Amino acid sequence: MKSKTSLPVSYRLAVTSRVLAAVVGGYLMASLASICLALWLPTSRADAVITGMMSSFVFYLLAVLWCFACRSAARAWFGVLLPSAAFATLAGVGLWMTRV
Amino acid sequence: MKEGFRQAMAWLHTWAGLIFGWLLFAIFLTGTLSYFKDEISHWMQPEVQARPLDDARSLTVAQTYLQQVAPTAARWFITLPDSRDPGLSVMWQDKVDPGKRGNFIQKTLDPVTGQAVQARESMGGEFFYRFHFQLQMPHPWGRWLSTIAAMVMFIALITGIITHKKIFKDFFTFRPRKGQRSWLDGHNAVGVLVLPFHLMITYSSLVIFMSMVMPAPILASYGNDTRAFFSEVFPNTNNAPASGQPGTLLPLVPMYEQARAQWAGGHVGRVAVNNPGDMNASVNVLRAGSDSVVHDFGSTVSFNGSTGELLRVSGGQSLPAAIGGSFYGLHMGHFAGPVLRWLYFICGLAGTAMIGTGLVIWLGKRQLKHLKSNVMPFELRLVEVLNIASMSGLMIAIAAFFWANRLLPVTFAERSGWEVQTFFIAWGLSLLHAILRRGRQGWVEQLSVGALLFIAIPLLNALTTSHHLGVSLATGDWAMAGFDLTSLASGIFLGWAAWKMQHRTVPAPKVERTRGLTLKQEAN
Repeated sequence: MKSKTSLPVSYRLAVTSRVLAAVVGGYLMASLASICLALWLPTSRADAVITGMMSSFVFYLLAVLWCFACRSAARAWFGVLLPSAAFATLAGVGLWMTRV
Repeated sequence: MKEGFRQAMAWLHTWAGLIFGWLLFAIFLTGTLSYFKDEISHWMQPEVQARPLDDARSLTVAQTYLQQVAPTAARWFITLPDSRDPGLSVMWQDKVDPGKRGNFIQKTLDPVTGQAVQARESMGGEFFYRFHFQLQMPHPWGRWLSTIAAMVMFIALITGIITHKKIFKDFFTFRPRKGQRSWLDGHNAVGVLVLPFHLMITYSSLVIFMSMVMPAPILASYGNDTRAFFSEVFPNTNNAPASGQPGTLLPLVPMYEQARAQWAGGHVGRVAVNNPGDMNASVNVLRAGSDSVVHDFGSTVSFNGSTGELLRVSGGQSLPAAIGGSFYGLHMGHFAGPVLRWLYFICGLAGTAMIGTGLVIWLGKRQLKHLKSNVMPFELRLVEVLNIASMSGLMIAIAAFFWANRLLPVTFAERSGWEVQTFFIAWGLSLLHAILRRGRQGWVEQLSVGALLFIAIPLLNALTTSHHLGVSLATGDWAMAGFDLTSLASGIFLGWAAWKMQHRTVPAPKVERTRGLTLKQEAN
């Protein structure tokens, strides 16, 4: 992983893909996780929102670590988008329940 | 990236740290200075006289002043003087059509005479405080950028801990005068020693701006009515609207006394009056942040301004709000007395040093390969220039800011703005200098200039004001004396650093190279 000038393009693209997965995918996952906490925590509405916002950065951190620890860029995206989808489903159910 | 987990984390630590290192260095150093914001302002506005504290008198004086100057304002804010900040600050917001925010106008009053203080125009310590999270950018971009930098810092800290497996063993190993190895030991030592501080300061900076950078949960729970969230969390923002009928505001002092009685003698930090000239005027008495570690934005006693009726006493905080408040309170350190404040300052410097040594290590490791050829690739040269300008250049810029404060004439138009300009001009010039000069010379020259500028500050102060060390030490003006002495100490430190840099040319490149090899083996 040293910065040699002879790094192949594929490697550079893979790193770029991981960075995007970490920054964009990670933010998406952190947002969805915090929405889930805000909707599902059994405290008052404002407290649940505060807890969700406060802990979102830990989710973001975990997503970023995953994106650079896993074996390939594809896994990075998979590992970020799968929990995002799960959180989105949970959040969707939560929203639907508050609206009904 | 086929290496193990730890290597992957080391890679992330290295690159995240490099790209945001320069910005983080500036944020950490100016943020550290902000712990002495009031003391710096005192040095930069020596005309503001410290008066014996008397809240009732200050409040009456402020009310009389605002009644004359801004009777029709939408809002008044009165910040009472305390032992660190002797000025009585009044601020008001123009009344404009609803839905639009009026301009804020701020004046510092003498708490005895009630006149606006005739002091040289200067932002004082407020400049460093504002810069460390707004970065002199238009709202809200600076806040976004600094919060992004905080997130990167958080990632760099955690990956640093993961990379650094023998965290306690290594802490007790410091190998001085071993070139690159010493830098790494130093980086680890300052990192580990104040690790709780680093984690606290970084995570709290994220929490402070969380509703800006992570608005998703608010939107999900409250829909488009985000104001509802803020008025639930901060009930004191939920005030009666103006009725449109003129009213008379009662004296504020009795309300102040009632509020203190509610808090069992707790201190008042600020008094806010909404629609002071209206029948529906409301008065919010806010508790001083220095009263507790856990900051409570909502700690307020509210009154009806024209009847004096007590409307609301805010209750205790819920657990999540208290956790958020603790992050805020710990970050700001308003509660800290002199000893704790110095500890904050030292921890902040350690954080700054951790970032700085990290940047030096990044370059040092890679420079070793090019020692023989004597030619540096463009990217290494770029990092070197940015290292010099962001570290020693920033020191020069800070010193230049203080020099400008003493040398610009008091009557100079836009004086305060020019102090800030001087800061950035000096910083820009040091960047230019770093581009023109070769690495080591660049360092030595800039560190020397910084050393001279800082060492001369007590002298400059003695020549331009009547508050030199002899006077300030004799009268017990510790903020003034502390500033001069800290400048002197900073200057001596920079001089020592310049001297070390100058004399580091001695070891032969050959020794340096073998060391590089062993280092590489250790790193792998």
